[in-house]
Amino acid sequence: MTKEIEVVENIFEENDRIAAQVNKTLTENKVFCINVLGAPGVGKTSVMKRIAEKANFTPFVIEGDIESDIDTETLNKLGIKTVQINTHGACHLDAPSIQNALTGISHIKNGVLFIENIGNLVCPAEFNIGEHAKMLIVSTTDGSDKPYKYPLAFEKANLIILNKCDLTPYLDFDYDFFLKGVLMQNKNATVISVSAKDGDGFDKVVEWIENNACRI
Amino acid sequence: MHEYPITQRIIKIAEEYAVKNGYSRVRKINIVAGDMCGYVPDTVEMYFNEISKGTLCEGGEISIERVEPKLKCAKCGEYFKRALFSFECPFCGGEGEPSDIGREFYVKSIEVDEDDKGN
Repeated sequence: MTKEIEVVENIFEENDRIAAQVNKTLTENKVFCINVLGAPGVGKTSVMKRIAEKANFTPFVIEGDIESDIDTETLNKLGIKTVQINTHGACHLDAPSIQNALTGISHIKNGVLFIENIGNLVCPAEFNIGEHAKMLIVSTTDGSDKPYKYPLAFEKANLIILNKCDLTPYLDFDYDFFLKGVLMQNKNATVISVSAKDGDGFDKVVEWIENNACRI
Repeated sequence: MHEYPITQRIIKIAEEYAVKNGYSRVRKINIVAGDMCGYVPDTVEMYFNEISKGTLCEGGEISIERVEPKLKCAKCGEYFKRALFSFECPFCGGEGEPSDIGREFYVKSIEVDEDDKGN
């Protein structure tokens, strides 16, 4: 005879439990953690380089890539302490992978940890990895319809950076349509336009990070 | 790849509950998955047959109940299905905001057989 046993367990529950542990450890060490989200090629690493140039805080980076350590090498050469996670096919970082990576850099204290997620606008938005804030990077070359097509990433972001604004004279990017889509999903996020190529707009980005980092 | 680790987690949860209740086999796993949860049921089912081999769920089935996503109107509070490229409420013309309906993703229950009790 068949019997049904009630479970009602969220499939993300274990991930969220580990994310809470990671967040607690980082907070105790006065490390403000930012989960950096964005599609491939939007300029996630370039944006972090510009932030590091202007920052008054110590930046640390965990680089998530499916393969390679190109970005880690670039950032380490600039003196930014960076460790690499390769997921070998998985399309997002999860809390256990961050917990493991942190054992390698357990001495990090008093600073801002950027975790560059896998270049993907879908699943990285679904997993908490212990961050205090999500920074979503989009670029003008992606088109202004992204908030409508990838709503979850926009809904979950605390800071939205619109990169490659130096290219707008050559593109049909409709900023009003873009912003309308953002506001439909998320009325609390800060939206900042930047150019990682020219360095424009990064004073505001650094100010946002410093203002939020001092709240932990 | 996206559904692979999630399917592993589903099997783990089912096994935990079977063992906790004294059963050595899971005949069926009932999942509730909103259309906005980001996971494709067919792919979860495909992985399930492979990943469940050698587990208490081997030979069992997985059943996925879908939930259609709804927006909630900020003005009148009604829930409604979003039209493409629009967030407009069909009841009052207000703006819809994301709601939790359609985001569900959980193991609702497992089905076991009395023949597998205590083995």
